[in-house]
Amino acid sequence: MNAPFKALAKLRPSRREMIVVSAAAAGGALLVGCSPADILSIGADNKHFGPFGPFLRIDADGTVTVVSKHIEFGQGSHASLAAMVAEELDADWDKLKVAQAGANAKVYANLDQGAQGTGGSSAIHNSWDQLRKVGAATRAMFVTAAADRWKVHANEISVANGVVAHPSGQSATFADLVANAAKVKPPGSPKLKDPKAYTLIGTNRVRRKDSLAKATGTARFTQDVHLPNMLTAMVAHSPRFGGKVKSFDADAAKKIPGVVDVFKIPSGVAVTAQNTFAARQGRDALKVEWDDDKAETRGSDAILAAYHDLASGKTAATDKLKWQPFDSHGVGVAPGAGKVVEVAYDFPFLAHAPMEPMNCVAEIGGGKNKLTSGSQIPTLDQLNTGMIVGALPGSVEIETLFAGGSFGRRANFQSDYAAECVHIAKHVGGGRPVKLVWTREDDMTGGYYRPMVHHAVRVTLGADGYPAHWRHRIVSQSVMKGSPMPSKGVDESAVEGVSGSPYLKATPVVDAQAILPDSPIPVLWWRSVGATHTAFVMEHTIDQLARAAGKDPIDYRRALYTKAGADRHLVALSLALEKAGLNPAPGYTRGVAAHESFGSVVVQIAEVKLDGGVPKVGRVVTAIDCGTAISPDQVAAQMEGGTCFGLSAALFGQITLKDGVVDQKNFDAYRVLRMNEAPHVETYIVPSGAHPSGVGEPGTPVIAPAVANAILAITGKPTTSLPFVKA
Amino acid sequence: MAATLDINGKPVTVQAAPETPLLWVLRDELGLTGTKYGCGIAQCGACTVHANGTAIRSCQAPIGSLAGVKITTIEGLEGRHPVQAAWVKLDVPQCGYCQSGQIMSATALLAKTPKPSDGDIDAAMSGNICRCGAYQRIRAAIKDAAGVVAA
Ligand code: FES
Ligand code: FES
Repeated sequence: MNAPFKALAKLRPSRREMIVVSAAAAGGALLVGCSPADILSIGADNKHFGPFGPFLRIDADGTVTVVSKHIEFGQGSHASLAAMVAEELDADWDKLKVAQAGANAKVYANLDQGAQGTGGSSAIHNSWDQLRKVGAATRAMFVTAAADRWKVHANEISVANGVVAHPSGQSATFADLVANAAKVKPPGSPKLKDPKAYTLIGTNRVRRKDSLAKATGTARFTQDVHLPNMLTAMVAHSPRFGGKVKSFDADAAKKIPGVVDVFKIPSGVAVTAQNTFAARQGRDALKVEWDDDKAETRGSDAILAAYHDLASGKTAATDKLKWQPFDSHGVGVAPGAGKVVEVAYDFPFLAHAPMEPMNCVAEIGGGKNKLTSGSQIPTLDQLNTGMIVGALPGSVEIETLFAGGSFGRRANFQSDYAAECVHIAKHVGGGRPVKLVWTREDDMTGGYYRPMVHHAVRVTLGADGYPAHWRHRIVSQSVMKGSPMPSKGVDESAVEGVSGSPYLKATPVVDAQAILPDSPIPVLWWRSVGATHTAFVMEHTIDQLARAAGKDPIDYRRALYTKAGADRHLVALSLALEKAGLNPAPGYTRGVAAHESFGSVVVQIAEVKLDGGVPKVGRVVTAIDCGTAISPDQVAAQMEGGTCFGLSAALFGQITLKDGVVDQKNFDAYRVLRMNEAPHVETYIVPSGAHPSGVGEPGTPVIAPAVANAILAITGKPTTSLPFVKA
Repeated sequence: MAATLDINGKPVTVQAAPETPLLWVLRDELGLTGTKYGCGIAQCGACTVHANGTAIRSCQAPIGSLAGVKITTIEGLEGRHPVQAAWVKLDVPQCGYCQSGQIMSATALLAKTPKPSDGDIDAAMSGNICRCGAYQRIRAAIKDAAGVVAA
C-alpha cells in the first residue's frame, strides 16, 4: 500500500538534474556515495538548531515549541506530532506550541520517504519513533540538570506537566532548569515510556492547536501573504493540456489600471499587477492564440472508449503499450467451477478542488531564492526551483504555511504552480515578491486529476460459491510515469487495493493485469490514490459474488478473510457490526464495505435510502484499525472528513472533456457535497498498541462501495460507473 | 476612485472602482484576510460577511452597492462570539480555509434563529462548501453555541 509515496524513498534526481546540482555544488565534480537527501540538502543552513535539536525549542521562559517537519493542511498531524514529544517530555500540553519547520531534505526527511514531504498518510507513522525519542532525550537532559543541582539520584526524579520534582520536596519548572539542561549531553538512546504509562497519547486531551486561529480568521495561508512591494500574478493557460502559446496580444490587458506587465512563461502568459482584481481583469483582457499541435484534443468519452477497446482486446497491446501482470497465481480453473460473474466499471477524472486554489509566493534574485507556500513536498519544490534559477536545491528557502487543503494536489513532481511562480518571479527579478494566484477556474481546469480508470472483472465461482478464478484488467494512466522515481514493473498506484486484496489471496487462480496508456492530461494521486477505485471494484464485486452464491455478504467476507488470514479485517468488521446494532433507521438500507490502505483497515456500514433515484446517506458506522491512535478525536475527524470527501466524489464528482477542453470550471458544474447531503459518521477505533498507521486517507475510499452495496440490496442492480448522480 | 465603506463599525475610505468586489477590497486594500476567496461566483461561501446582519457573498458584492451598509467580517467578531468558542471546543476546523465563511453564515443564522432545527441549519449552511468535510462538527458546534441538544 501507499506505494507512490513510499517510492519517494527511491527518489533519484535524473541525470540532467544531477548534473545541474553537482555542477553548482562542486564545480562539476560528481557527487558519489551520497544519499538523495544528502544531495538535495546541499546548500542548506544546518547551524540554527538549538540545544534540543531541530524538532524542539524550549525558551528561557519555559515555553515548549515542537517543530513540525510536516505541513498541516487539515489532518491534525501538528497536534499528534506534538503529542509524541510532549508525552515523553512530560511537558505541559496545554501551554505547548507547534511551529512549522523550514525546508531541509536531510534534517526534516520523511523517514518513510527519504526526503521532506507529507503524503501517503505517513506523517505520524514515520515520526513515531523519531519524535518520542526527541521528547525522551530532552526529558533526560532536564532530569540530569535537576539531579546535578539538587545533588540527588536521577532515578528519584519525576517530571509532570513541565515541572521536575524530587520526593524531598524540591521542584523546578522547565524555565528554572532550561539553561542547565541545554548544557547536558543528550543521551544516545533514551528510554521510551511503557505505553501503559501514557497520560496524553490515546486520550481526548490531544486536541488541535490551530482551532482558535482558524475560528478567528487569523491562521495564515498563502493567499493571505502580503509583502511590501509585492506583485500579484495570474497566468493564462492553454485550454487544452499540452497546448503552447503561439502568439498573444497584451494591449487591452496593459490598459487595465493596476496591471504592471504581461509576458510569456513556459506554462502560458503571465500578467503581473498591483492587486488580485487587476490581475484578474488583465488576464481576462488578454488575447492568446494557442498551438494545439501536441495537445490532447480528445474528449473524455473518446478516451474512455479507447480504454474499453484495450480491455476487450479490440485494440491490441503493443511493444510500447503492454499488459503488465501484477498478480498471477495458480493455474487453470478450480474443479467444479460454476457460475461466472462478469462486471466492468468506469471511473471519471476527478479534481482535488481543495478550498484554497493553488497559489505561491516567490522572491527570486538579489541574493534571494525563497518560496512562501503550502508546500507539500518541500524537497521537490526546492529541486524544481533550484533547476529554474540555477541554485543549489538546499539553498532554496521555503516558508511553509497552512494550506487550505490539498488531498494530493500540492504534491507533484513538477511542482507545477510553484515552478510557474518561480518563473514569473525570476522574470520580475531583484527578489521582488510575486504572489501567483490561481482562480477556482484555473485550479479546476488545471489538470493533475485522479486518472480516469476502467476495470473489467470476471470471476468464476467454485462449487462452494467462493471465487475459484479471478480475472482482472485495469486500464488507467500512470501517476508515476515520468516521475523522478519511476516504478519498476507496473505502477503500483494504479493497482494497489486489487493487488494485496485478501479476496485475491483467498482465490486459487488469479490473473490480474494492467495497461497504462499515456495522455497529455496530467494525472496525480488523489486522497487514497489507487484505493479511490480499487476499493469500489473489490468491495462492490464481493457483494455481487455473494448474491450469485446465495450467501450473506458479511458471512461471505468473513469466510474469505479467514481463508486469507486477514485478521485485522475480521476484528474491524466485528467491531463495526457490534456498534451498528441490529437495525438501520426506518426507511434506510445498509451496505457494508471494508478496505485496507496506508496500513489501516477501515470498515463502514452505511445506511442509505433512495430519494428520487438519488442516494441519501444517513448514519455511517466506521471501525478503524490504525494501530496506536494518538488522538482519537482527530482520527474521528479524519473519518468524518474522509467519508465526506469520498461520498462527494461518489455522488457527484466528475471532470469531463469535450475536444480536450475541460467542461467543469467551478463549483456550479463540479458539484461537491454540502451540509444538507452530509452523513453522520460514528467512529470506533480498534484498540491496538501497534505502530501507528495512516488516517488521513483510509477514511475516503470505503463509503462509495458501501453505498453501492446498499443500492444493490435495494434495487438488485449493481453500480458500474461513478458518480451515482450524473450531471 | 474613492469609496467610503462601513467595516466592522468604522468608516473606511478606499481607492477602488465601484465595480470592485468587496472581497478584494477587504483582502488586498484593507488587509482583512480572514475573509477568503474560494470560487468568485457565489458558490462556495468562503467569502461570507454580514451586510446589515445578513450573510452575503462578498465576491459578488461590488463596493458601489454598499454605501451606508454595515459590513461585518470575521475580524469584526473579535473572537468573542459563542459560535467561535464552540468551534474551538469541538475542534471543528480541519484545513480551516472555509471556516471564516462558515462562522459568518452560522452567526447570521443564530442572530435570526436562536434555536435552529436541523432543517434551519441545512438551509442556512448549504451555501458554504467545506472540502475537508467538517459538516458534522459544524452542525454540532452551531447546536452547542445555540444551547440546543444535538440530535
Ligand atoms: S468566493 Fe464568494 S462564494 Fe465562493
Ligand atoms: S476545513 Fe478545510 S475546507 Fe473546511
